[in-house]
Amino acid sequence: MSPGGQKRYVALAAAAAAVPLAVLAVFFVVPVVGMLRLGFFPDGELDLGGVVETLARPRVGRVVWFTVWSASLATAVTVMLGVPVAYALHRLSFPGRRILRGLVAVPFVLPTVVVGVAFRTLLADAGPLGFLGLDGSAAGIVAALVFFNVSVVVRTVGPWWEAMDPRREEAAAALGATPLQVLRTVTLPALRPVVLSAASVVFLFCATAFGVVLTMGGLRYATVETEIYLLTTQFLDLRAAAALSVLQIVVVVVLLVVTGRTRPSPVERVTVDTVARRPRGTDLPALIVLGLALLLVVAPLGTLVVRSLRVDGGWSTEYYRALGDADASPALAVPVGTALENSLRIAVDATLVALTLGLVVAVLVTRRTRRPGPRRLLSLFDGIFMLPLGVSAVTVGFGLLVTLDRPPLDLRGSPWLVPVAQAMVALPLVVRTIVPVLRSIDERRREAAATLGAGPLRVLATVDLPVAWRPALAATGFAFAVSLGEFGATSFLARPDAPTLPVLVYQLVSRPGADNFGMALAASVVLGLVTAVVMLAVERLHLRGVGAF
Amino acid sequence: MSHRGRGLLAATITVAALAALAACSPGATNDSGEANDTVTLVTHDSWSVPDEVIAAFEEESGYRLEVVPSGDAGALTNKLVLTKGNPLGDAVYGIDNTFATRAVDEGVLAEHVPADLPASAEQYRLEGAAGDQLTPVDWGDVCVNADDRWFAAHDLAPPRTLDDLLDPAYEGLLVTPGASSSSPGFAFLLATIGKYGVDGWQDYWTRLLDNGAKIVSDWSEAYEVDFTAGGGGGDRPLVVSYHSSPPFTIPEGERRPTTSALLETCFRQVEYAGVLEGAANPEGAKALVDFMVGETFQEALPENMYVVPVDDTVDLPPLWEKWARPAPHPITVPAEEIAEHRSEWIRAWSDVTAR
Repeated sequence: MSPGGQKRYVALAAAAAAVPLAVLAVFFVVPVVGMLRLGFFPDGELDLGGVVETLARPRVGRVVWFTVWSASLATAVTVMLGVPVAYALHRLSFPGRRILRGLVAVPFVLPTVVVGVAFRTLLADAGPLGFLGLDGSAAGIVAALVFFNVSVVVRTVGPWWEAMDPRREEAAAALGATPLQVLRTVTLPALRPVVLSAASVVFLFCATAFGVVLTMGGLRYATVETEIYLLTTQFLDLRAAAALSVLQIVVVVVLLVVTGRTRPSPVERVTVDTVARRPRGTDLPALIVLGLALLLVVAPLGTLVVRSLRVDGGWSTEYYRALGDADASPALAVPVGTALENSLRIAVDATLVALTLGLVVAVLVTRRTRRPGPRRLLSLFDGIFMLPLGVSAVTVGFGLLVTLDRPPLDLRGSPWLVPVAQAMVALPLVVRTIVPVLRSIDERRREAAATLGAGPLRVLATVDLPVAWRPALAATGFAFAVSLGEFGATSFLARPDAPTLPVLVYQLVSRPGADNFGMALAASVVLGLVTAVVMLAVERLHLRGVGAF
Repeated sequence: MSHRGRGLLAATITVAALAALAACSPGATNDSGEANDTVTLVTHDSWSVPDEVIAAFEEESGYRLEVVPSGDAGALTNKLVLTKGNPLGDAVYGIDNTFATRAVDEGVLAEHVPADLPASAEQYRLEGAAGDQLTPVDWGDVCVNADDRWFAAHDLAPPRTLDDLLDPAYEGLLVTPGASSSSPGFAFLLATIGKYGVDGWQDYWTRLLDNGAKIVSDWSEAYEVDFTAGGGGGDRPLVVSYHSSPPFTIPEGERRPTTSALLETCFRQVEYAGVLEGAANPEGAKALVDFMVGETFQEALPENMYVVPVDDTVDLPPLWEKWARPAPHPITVPAEEIAEHRSEWIRAWSDVTAR
């Protein structure tokens, strides 16, 4: 590269990086810093006494320890379930697997409060699974976390696995390796980057979950996130909340550095369109895990559907019919159809933003450079977009209220706050889905294509796209689902006259009366169904896409 | 890829990003121009008022009403404190007597007392400066509810008092939402503090838990999952809920509810409205607060928000007269004391109940 070209490249890369960075700064950094400032400078002067005092409480140690071990355990279980499920749903061919792919994605978008009720209906002492004694236990918390996150692993690992060249495995088998040896020496090492990617996202989701911890733990367990929530919304103890937020950020950064370190050097990957094959005897373990995962997903979902259809001891679709009628309950600000429309419209915007920004980030961080300076800068750039997943939604939410209220950032009530805030949550998922794939492309292929006379767009279309389109579509569906289900930031920002479906569900649940409750359940079922249908539609899209490339 | 290719790629993506950002900003217009004919009400998530009532206000006052639900009473109050000086709206409704003093002490509210405050509202007015800032609008009792059908089937008389709940005969029958995560849960804690004193309630709770009381995170869970009469097939016939809950349990085609509120276990929650300090439209806010203690709004309260209007000349729905009678002598704790000790009590409660 000529010195001039080098300079121009750096300038353009910096310009491209500036867009996502600016969005991150406005919607994440500014609010968080604003809340931390309120905590650290209570009367305009720096006061670290409160911070030290908070962190020295013996309770904090217990809380951090519980957060770390419950999130780690939940992540481990999620990965152990999710990887075989990804295999079964993306490499094997059997009737109904597309439907199952959609089904597995549903929990991800369901409102926590409703899932909590569904889980507790099953697990409470009088419930069908009451004999397990899981109600109000740490195991119950972990089970619910796994329920929510298993689709993260399936949808990140699946597309990668689908595009993995099976010939290496076949060669190993032909050379006499047992299926277990093939798995251990060929398949798993090839999956490592994407599994790590998925695991770090799942860990962050688990470590910052608070509704699940409160509901499933019966208030007996506290995580850093539930503490921040209580300190901010109940005690208004901003000093202690700020201290814990900083602690949370430190933990997240440490995690990102560690996973960044263990990132394996890229292996050359030949991508092919594998054809899913029928299950064989050796696939039995994967199918058993699939069955277990489906049980975990279907049991609470089934409970939800059943309860939404039970009216006064009989069966009825009354709650569903009431959803279309804004007069059915004064709690219903708008008919559910309108809320769904709001949700879908916002989700389209949020997906566009997340996908565009995600592609920019993914392309930038996967550029190869041998000099350590830029390389470190790039990995910092990579990690920084994971932060929103690991930092308290309460801190960000309250921060948005106190910082974006005056010029030049007078954004309160602005209609695009919601989609952009949701996009910030979806962005890390997009990046983590696409980065491992782009990283696996050998730079020499791009160089070879260019040497053979391909223009830059042509290189993009013939080298990058064939590999990246599948994960990019997976990421699209994902970003869409994140937006559909997002509640934390949305509840702070959604305009009252345009609530999203999850916001409406919360409004219904917070009111007494069996009708409101039944309608909340019915609305959640609708949300789940729409999600599954969208996921299936995205898959169709991607099938038709094959010919286009 | 050549360096030109990279540059082009980066540029294309930048343009695309900017285009996407621009595309999803549906008119980032400033609406400060309409500030004077709109009045914005910040309230809790349980706000629910029929369109006719809102239309009546708009017609009467000439202002357009915009409603901003902002979480439960606690989150609502704290948001107002944090946005002091540049408030989220003009008026607030839904600060209750457990949060009132915090809002007043933080200087969130401006002075305003409606000229025709109903006489029956006087008894709910706060003392001192707070009384001139917060206008009582409605109240409701948080009480233990009993599933009478269950007790009849088990040949057991339902408990009546807080003391009764410690009786081994009622072991494992009570479920309550937690004081740290739920507003009725905190009200129930206050009932025990009011009854057993600031030094006696800890012991009460220890014994309550020894007698098998169950704590869950919020009201809907307690009622809809664990309560026997809640539709979730629960196994606990005693639940902390509202005095207005029983009419919801009248079975289809029948005339009596299957549950009742234990009126000696009640803590009274009063909800207030007020004008926010620094409101863009203080006149509109005053008109709104006045409207809330007027007949039209007061009449709509029971059916829509399940609370009792402060104006006792307003007729209650017939079912309420019969089945949702409030506590004749609710347990009370002074608002100032709640504000002062709130965090301390919740922390102590968390310690007592963590087991």
